[in-house]
Amino acid sequence: MIEMTIDGLDVQVEEGSSILDVAQFYGIPVPTLCHHDGLTDYGACRLCIVEIGKGDNTKLVSSCTYPAELGLFVRTNSKRVVEARKVLVELLLAMCPSSKTIQDLAAAMEVTKVRFKVEQGDCVLCGLCVRMCAEQMDAKAIGFVNRGKDRKITTPFDIKSDVCRTCGACIYICPACELRCQGPGPPGDVCGSCANVLPVCLEDEDDKMCFLGTCGWCYKELGRKKNKEKE
Amino acid sequence: MKKADIDKILKKYDYKKSSLISILQDLQVINRWLPQETLKYVSEKMDISLMDVYSLVTFYKSFSLKPRGKHIITACSGTACHVRGGPKVLSELENQLGITVGETTPDKNFTLETVRCLGACALGPLVVVDGKYYGQMNPKKVASTLKKYSKKK
Repeated sequence: MIEMTIDGLDVQVEEGSSILDVAQFYGIPVPTLCHHDGLTDYGACRLCIVEIGKGDNTKLVSSCTYPAELGLFVRTNSKRVVEARKVLVELLLAMCPSSKTIQDLAAAMEVTKVRFKVEQGDCVLCGLCVRMCAEQMDAKAIGFVNRGKDRKITTPFDIKSDVCRTCGACIYICPACELRCQGPGPPGDVCGSCANVLPVCLEDEDDKMCFLGTCGWCYKELGRKKNKEKE
Repeated sequence: MKKADIDKILKKYDYKKSSLISILQDLQVINRWLPQETLKYVSEKMDISLMDVYSLVTFYKSFSLKPRGKHIITACSGTACHVRGGPKVLSELENQLGITVGETTPDKNFTLETVRCLGACALGPLVVVDGKYYGQMNPKKVASTLKKYSKKK
């Protein structure tokens, strides 16, 4: 067992576990996109970055690929981490704005606009499908091809692979395949996620259900209104 | 490509998986490019998935999946060569050969490629033909340089 500190909590962890494993074990939320239990960690999406070290000597590392060390001092939600994550989500959104998973991540981090040039891509190169195919399906039918800006995921020679059993595991695990919700906000780069738009609150009608679920926005608004009335 | 030739090279490296790059380099010397069947044969013989071989071949620029000409012309498009008139030399090469960058002439004699920098900026604009450096190139010199490598009629 190794002793380390995560978010001010002194913890004992098993040797060989990653910082992300530790965070998840102790119930500390760390957003991820390319991590999946049962697949090797790859560190592609960088969303799970955490700040390690103390004082001036800190650095950002991807927690899924960084092993737990003796005396490690980890902060999972410092200002630097949160700011960096927001930029990362914006970059992912610019790459693939049609993905529900990425839009949800953006909504959870309160990202409301994309400052980068938006490309209507359908892949963020997270490598989940490649790892799924190789590790769980033992097929290696798809993989990364080319490099740099031309990097993409495809089969050898762009033709139907002999080893592909069309099991569909790659589609099952793809975070970009599930399309985002198109309403109630107007379509744009950020989907108008329920957390980002002002919902049509039914504040005066108690017996109706809000179609947005429990976003809690109306309660906040009600609270603000009551405060104003008090003033 | 004959299977016996491939087997000979594979045997030379003892079918070692870590020698895959060296094997592919040796294979490329035979035909100057790597045909699909060759890669399939290598992946079967070496017990490496075709995907891994294909990923590797597409990652490195020195491997070609398209037929290449007898002589490979590499024009430098790095910063130093660019300001010294590299683009003019390149367009003259394209005009005279009748092909664009990355293509091969119909008679399979020349393949035209670009490179970012060769580290010999003092010689710019630089053109390399089969590993031989031709420095201080200009559009006028292109014809005489190509003539040295052209097929004799």
